[in-house]
Amino acid sequence: MSATAWLTQFLEVLAALAAAPLFVGWVTQCRAWLQNKSAPSLLQPYRTIRKLFHKDAVLAEHASPLFRFAPYVVFGAMVCMTAIIPSMGTGLPFSGAADAIALVGLLATARVFMALAAMDVGTAFGSLGARREMMVGFLAEPALLMVIFVAALISSSTALPAITDSLATQPRGLYPSLAFTAVAFLLVLLAENARIPVDNPATHLELTMIHEAMLLEYSARHLALMEWASALKLFNYACIGFALFVPWGLATGAAPDPVALLTALPLLAVKLAVAGAGLAVIETVSAKLRVFRAPEFLAAAFMLAVLGLLVHLLLGA
Amino acid sequence: MSTLSLDLQLLNTLAALFLLLAFAMLAQRRVVGLVDLLALQGTLLCAATLLLAWRTGERHLYFSAVLTLALKVAFLPWLLHRLIRRLGVYWDSEPLINIPSTMLLGLLIVIFSFGLAQPIAALASTATRNGIGIAVAVVLLSFLTMITRRKAMSQVIGFLSMENGLFFGAMSATYGMPMIVELGVALDVLVAMLVLGVFFFQIREQFDSLDLHHLESLREDT
Amino acid sequence: MAGNPLDPLSILLALLAAWVLIGMAGLARPASLRLVGRLLFPLGALVGAAIAVVALVSIVMPPERLVLAIGLPDLPFHLRRDALSCVFLFLLGAAAAGISIFSAGYFRAGEGTAPGLLCLQYHTFLASMGLVLLADDAYAFMVAWESMALASYFLVTTQHRIPDIRRAGFLYLLIAHVGAVAILLAFGVMQGGTWQFTFDAMRSASLAPAWASAAFLLALFGFGAKAGLVPLHVWLPEAHPAAPSPVSALMSGVMLKTALYGTLRVAFDLLGSPAWWWGLAPLALGLFTALYGVIFAAAQTDMKRLLAFSSIENIGIIFTGVGLAIVFNGNGMGQLAALALVAVLYHAINHAFMKSLLFVGTGCVLHATGQRNLGRLGGLIHRMPWVAWTTLIGALAIAGLPPLNGFVSEWLLLQAFLSAHEVPKAFLNMLLPLAAAIVVLAAALAAYVMVKFFGVIFLGQPREATLRHAHDAGRLERIGLVWLAAGCVLLGLAPMQLIRLLHVVPEQLGIAPPLAAATSWWMLVPVAGRQASYAPVLFLVGVAVTIAATIGGVSYFYHRRVRRAPPWDCGFVRLDARMQDTAEGFGQPIRHIFQPFFSMQRELPTPFDAAPRYRVEIGDRIWSGIYLPLAQGVHRVAQSVAWLQQGRIATYLLYSFATLLVLLGLML
Repeated sequence: MSATAWLTQFLEVLAALAAAPLFVGWVTQCRAWLQNKSAPSLLQPYRTIRKLFHKDAVLAEHASPLFRFAPYVVFGAMVCMTAIIPSMGTGLPFSGAADAIALVGLLATARVFMALAAMDVGTAFGSLGARREMMVGFLAEPALLMVIFVAALISSSTALPAITDSLATQPRGLYPSLAFTAVAFLLVLLAENARIPVDNPATHLELTMIHEAMLLEYSARHLALMEWASALKLFNYACIGFALFVPWGLATGAAPDPVALLTALPLLAVKLAVAGAGLAVIETVSAKLRVFRAPEFLAAAFMLAVLGLLVHLLLGA
Repeated sequence: MSTLSLDLQLLNTLAALFLLLAFAMLAQRRVVGLVDLLALQGTLLCAATLLLAWRTGERHLYFSAVLTLALKVAFLPWLLHRLIRRLGVYWDSEPLINIPSTMLLGLLIVIFSFGLAQPIAALASTATRNGIGIAVAVVLLSFLTMITRRKAMSQVIGFLSMENGLFFGAMSATYGMPMIVELGVALDVLVAMLVLGVFFFQIREQFDSLDLHHLESLREDT
Repeated sequence: MAGNPLDPLSILLALLAAWVLIGMAGLARPASLRLVGRLLFPLGALVGAAIAVVALVSIVMPPERLVLAIGLPDLPFHLRRDALSCVFLFLLGAAAAGISIFSAGYFRAGEGTAPGLLCLQYHTFLASMGLVLLADDAYAFMVAWESMALASYFLVTTQHRIPDIRRAGFLYLLIAHVGAVAILLAFGVMQGGTWQFTFDAMRSASLAPAWASAAFLLALFGFGAKAGLVPLHVWLPEAHPAAPSPVSALMSGVMLKTALYGTLRVAFDLLGSPAWWWGLAPLALGLFTALYGVIFAAAQTDMKRLLAFSSIENIGIIFTGVGLAIVFNGNGMGQLAALALVAVLYHAINHAFMKSLLFVGTGCVLHATGQRNLGRLGGLIHRMPWVAWTTLIGALAIAGLPPLNGFVSEWLLLQAFLSAHEVPKAFLNMLLPLAAAIVVLAAALAAYVMVKFFGVIFLGQPREATLRHAHDAGRLERIGLVWLAAGCVLLGLAPMQLIRLLHVVPEQLGIAPPLAAATSWWMLVPVAGRQASYAPVLFLVGVAVTIAATIGGVSYFYHRRVRRAPPWDCGFVRLDARMQDTAEGFGQPIRHIFQPFFSMQRELPTPFDAAPRYRVEIGDRIWSGIYLPLAQGVHRVAQSVAWLQQGRIATYLLYSFATLLVLLGLML
């Protein structure tokens, strides 16, 4: 692997770590603008994380080592994900170690450890959040895998950089199968990242909590890592969406061009800005679903992904 | 993937959206929403007919498109909305089997239709012959919608959607039906609507509700 | 014929005989726990490890045969060792080694059967499973199969004084025999008129397609009954909880795989080239079984029943892979069939380790707390750290998380499914991706079930006060737990060499040509040449380095101070351990979403009850819909025949007289 490939790899991870809280801040600001409220500054998530790192961790009396270790595992899994997703270039040395299915496996690992940690403290909130998160997860995972399946069918590979390369070089045109799959992916993104209409990221009422319930017992550096990890998760999902459906402008090839790398970074920023605004619009326009409508929501995502697959097989488009 | 011309790509996209609308009908609970979806289906059909007319240059397809616009996009949805307001049926009750199972069943039906249509499509000579599979799927899906609903209004909308599917199939396979046949079918649908409209009022007078399980009491008590 | 004592087949036979001898040695002093626990079971574990090593080494060697003059005068035992047998022998030996060393520390006196007798039954069970895998004619196979069933029946009813356990054993024996009858019939069809019951004769007999299909379906029914395919699964959730935990581990981990061995042997070896449409039956049954098993597992409140249903789910996934392999093979896609077959074999080996680990873990919990009900456990990670952390590895492995072993076999199976759209049959190329989606759904639900299992037992607060006296596993038990956990980790981190060895099986069965390129030792590339790769060690190193860097970075730039305080209670002063989720609560979303599968009876409290009670009972629709009416029908037929038993001697004499007349008349 060439030096620029390694450079792409590290730049991607660093950019993700640095920009993920900013992305979350941007989405919050857009939401506030749309709802005619005044938003906190764009850098507020950074300040929150920094403040949390300085604090003393308060653990429940009977919390086990699993509880203390889980935030590191979740954070580590999210960082490893950024190393595999082609957000700026497709010549990633680490992508040979894990393909798209392993990516879904990483997401599952993070989810399972979060759920186990939530059950560890033994209060009603934690186990409620764990139960609901696993419910959303077990439906979202097949939908996400079907989305990847369709992309893998079209590009005959399950390695994300190869998929991106192949999709970027497709002749321009209307591909209904990809359109269906994109909508399915959007639904999965909303569900997995605890966005309205599945979960409210700003709530603290137990009737509506899924993700927040699992973080209830965490404090200080553990909470900081968990918050950073959720920001990274949203960032990663956005980058997967770009890699599959808006794959242009990346530095392609095993030895990427440094100039292409330089242009890929601002292009990624533009894509993220548009995606963040779009996410804010969707969140503002939708109402939160009842918890037991969430399976129907995800079943719709699954059906759309399978429809995309069938339409691809029938129409060849 | 092959590079098709733009109009063929658009036709493929419209076909895929048509299938998606049939699925959306399966999952929709609001009767008003069902009527809107039906109107949307009509618009798609109109657009597809116009595209096909432009592509093949056959003039009767232009008439077909105008007829579709008048009937399926304007008149029938207006009539249905009026009926809904007068009868007061805005919501359908829970379908017979829950929605995810219905959608799974719908998927199996789609697979069945696609598999069925592949040898048939090989016999057709049009460029849009892949749409036959989608048409068969829409017909069967609308049938499924009719089966799993409880309110009579939803069943009528399923029936109309079936007719849309047949029309699409005819268009994909043979570039449209002869004008006489089309006018005949349109007249049939119109008459069916009028008769059903009358029946709705009679059912409502008798049972005070349009829930179809009341009709089950109309049988011999042995 | 292998006459040389150093041939692998002779060595394996000698090791199996050693197991029988160890078993019989237990009869010398039946009541002595020390002899059985300190000497015999560890010896058995060593024999198991030796079998695993010999089998692993001899996978690549050409097949060899042996004829043993045991048995009836004209029906000696034919034995054959080929790659397929070796793979399953490796599974048997490696899993048995871990379970035996665990059992050495597990069995206590006074639990029903005497320890010496238990030792005999246990080792006979192991030896008969080994013989099933080596048998080369129908007679030897059936003798070994029946001994396996009988030995396991006695093991299941170890605590025979409890009526529920006797009932579970009876159900198990009944369905095992129904299956055995079907297998016998299948062998009968397969001999194809030669009246020779050796497997060689069956291989060379050419059957008409209708008869071949009948044989395959009978074999699928018979082996499916042993494996636990729906609807023949009803014995599994009864027998596995009734048996002692090491026995459950053996049954779930190893015995169910002998049924897989039988199916593969019949489909690919004895019946020659299977028709492609035969694969649809195991595919459909496997998918339904997988979904059924995992949904029921999510609704259980008994920890061993939960694991039993999870075994049903994994068997379903395995048979789905078998069906896929047959479909690919029948359509001439040999490479993909080999990939699916390798995935199936790897998943079988994985499951042996993962499920055994979980079952022996529950054995430790049962001994420490006396509770099997999930509603009375909790918070055991503090009192039983060894058991908890090793069980965590097993639970994460079954959930299919990288870099453990469950992920590898799932990954391989999904890669095989990904190429399924190339199958040239009309409906299949669309149905198979849908089947892949259902496999993924079952795998995701398995993660749900494992979070429930581990979270309710080991995490949270103890739900009963007596749990504070729970003790951790003993020394021998720890060795067993660590062996099985290490197996899970190793199989996950270094699958490449084993997969290369497993690929010899489809080569020997004539499905695929040998692997051309040498596979690298650290990266797994599916043999079908798709652009997909997975390097588990690199993956683990990457994740570990990231985690270590995070911990290091946090402690360098900030600090690692900790304070302890009570958990947050939202202002509610009297939070206690009963307010965390119960097992029913955790499974409630699944019960709600998949309601049509269950037959539920609920008793809800009203606001006016003096002592409110909530009760929910989950029934199996297949049991009430198929088995109970069948049993009632049989009962009715039996009662109508009972009419013949009039009770008067004159009537019975009349029967004999009438029979005599008929026979004399026939002679005319």
